Amino acid sequence: MSETLLEVNDLKKHFTLGGGLFGRSGKVLKAVDGLSFTVDRGETLSLVGESGCGKSTVAKALMRLYRPTAGQVVLGGTRIDEMSDGALRPLRRRIQMVFQDPFSSLNPRMRVRAILAEPIRNFGLARNRADLDTRLAALMERVGLPRDALGRYPHEFSGGQRQRIGIARALAAEPDLIICDEAVSALDVSVKAQIVNLLCDLQKDLNLALLFISHDLAIVEHMTHRVAVMYLGKIVEIGPRRDLFLAPKHPYTQALLSAVPVPEPGAARTRIVLKGDVPSPIAPPSGCRFHTRCPHAFDRCRTEIPALDPVGRGHFAACHLNDIPSENGRSHLSSMALMGVQ
Amino acid sequence: MTQAPLLSIENLQVHFRTPEGVNRAVDGVSFSIGAGETLAIVGESGCGKSVTSMSILRLLPEPPAAIAGAIRFQGTNLLDLSDKQMRKIRGNDISVIFQEPMTSLNPVLTVGRQIGETLRLHQGLSRSQAEERAVEMLTLVGIPEPRRRVREYPHQLSGGMRQRVMIAIALACSPNLLIADEPTTALDVTIQAQILDLMRDLKRRVGAAIMLITHDLGVVAEVADRVVVMYAGRKVEEAAVADLFRNPRHPYTKGLMGAVPRLGAAAHGEMTRLAEIPGMVPSLKTRIDGCVFAGRCPQVTELCRTQAPALERKGPAHLAACHYALKDALAA
Repeated sequence: MSETLLEVNDLKKHFTLGGGLFGRSGKVLKAVDGLSFTVDRGETLSLVGESGCGKSTVAKALMRLYRPTAGQVVLGGTRIDEMSDGALRPLRRRIQMVFQDPFSSLNPRMRVRAILAEPIRNFGLARNRADLDTRLAALMERVGLPRDALGRYPHEFSGGQRQRIGIARALAAEPDLIICDEAVSALDVSVKAQIVNLLCDLQKDLNLALLFISHDLAIVEHMTHRVAVMYLGKIVEIGPRRDLFLAPKHPYTQALLSAVPVPEPGAARTRIVLKGDVPSPIAPPSGCRFHTRCPHAFDRCRTEIPALDPVGRGHFAACHLNDIPSENGRSHLSSMALMGVQ
Repeated sequence: MTQAPLLSIENLQVHFRTPEGVNRAVDGVSFSIGAGETLAIVGESGCGKSVTSMSILRLLPEPPAAIAGAIRFQGTNLLDLSDKQMRKIRGNDISVIFQEPMTSLNPVLTVGRQIGETLRLHQGLSRSQAEERAVEMLTLVGIPEPRRRVREYPHQLSGGMRQRVMIAIALACSPNLLIADEPTTALDVTIQAQILDLMRDLKRRVGAAIMLITHDLGVVAEVADRVVVMYAGRKVEEAAVADLFRNPRHPYTKGLMGAVPRLGAAAHGEMTRLAEIPGMVPSLKTRIDGCVFAGRCPQVTELCRTQAPALERKGPAHLAACHYALKDALAA
């Protein structure tokens, strides 16, 4: 596509855990541990992974709700991770967020008009009162809500409508990038489809970039351009939608995809059921972090951390199996996956 | 399916008195579950699926709830039983798995005590016998090191393990009917896959009938034998699982199927729009005389707004409540 909007280099966010009577236990939770990715203008990058993999921490670090421990965040050519809060403030307009829970992310004491007018005023986007009114009316139309809804309070709306208000609030600041943190997870099936379609339309019309954080792989596949799969604070695979969904190169991605229930009774599938749970991020496994659950793990995985290496055009995976070539030129891993070996 | 069903619900109505008026959460629903069968109840929030399951267990306080109709379990109408008689059935003949394993386990009791409680109560086992059985149950649901785990508290277990413990509690007394209310919704996909595998495997071994309440059509396709689709407190469609997915008759079911993205879309190239169902679920506080789906249906006519469609046989063992749903010639 085109111009890079957001660049993240080796982002880390570690939390020091308090413990004992006096201060620190010295234990460090590496929620995000060396993440690098880019998002282009007008592009959707999805961040997928299970609970505790660090997806939401990434969102908060980008929004500077957390100060990153290390790494760089570059927005449109400007480094924003080191900026002071004051210097960052005008730039906050360019990244907005839509939250998961449409019930707790809107102030119950504010009317919709006040909720939407706040970002417009904060960033000085409206020239005068009349301009503000036109902007508000346009926003309501944009997200498919009736104009008279401006005078009402959040509790008067259904979950789907509240999420539309949340999206309108993000749009009010005229951002370049919207971070959607599980923005459709709490919604019912029929409403979810409405909101997903709305996000896709907005992206097309406004050339918005979306960082779509989700655990729902079917929705991600439906709407994304590129996908990054996270496991225990690291990206294990990143690539274009088609490559990643059709020919995943990391055993974790393969297991995730095979675990999604398909709405087709009697569909013949080989399911890879992973054993056990995600290990604790306080004491992550040595070597490859996935080796404790990986069906293909061998000695090297326990000791050596695999690098995120190219496996195709714009497609990277961190797995030692991709280093082992098999006869027909395919990597060892993909031929095993194709044969359905578990 | 020739003998009497295990559970049969006849014209169940559950209405709640609220300050704003009567909420008709469940409005005339009938269905049955045969022994060893898995029936899925599908619908979106507020369609009445959980209220239906709560009324089977008689867990709704009356008032504010008012329950009418009949819930026949092995021939007896559960609505006629006293609280004491009902307590003999709960956890023994009918047991339940809830969605949120953290809030439905008692945080101050060990896992072993909680599994043993039903056994001591219903089967009169001693404390040590109950613990022995609890270890067996934990082994059955695939928890490693059951002897150690049996003495642990819920907070020491992960979400997937807690749900396994919930299943162990539910199956401890070998119930004939297991009600699973969104058993995997709170879990991650890889853990969900484990739990679904476990449920399938246990069903084969234990033979209990399962009433699965869910909104996830993927889960339905994987585990159910038969499906009831609910919308706004009414049953709108019922069919065998393969038939329903291949051949949905009610416009709401068709809409739901279109609204769910399917894995594998990347193979078809360009991104497409999801089929959306416009509008939202109607309020249950005003009486709906016509079809409950009329406000959102693409094929709505005047007839739909004025007259509620009856549940009609549209194909072999396939019911739908729509004036215009296709009817097979063979549907007798």
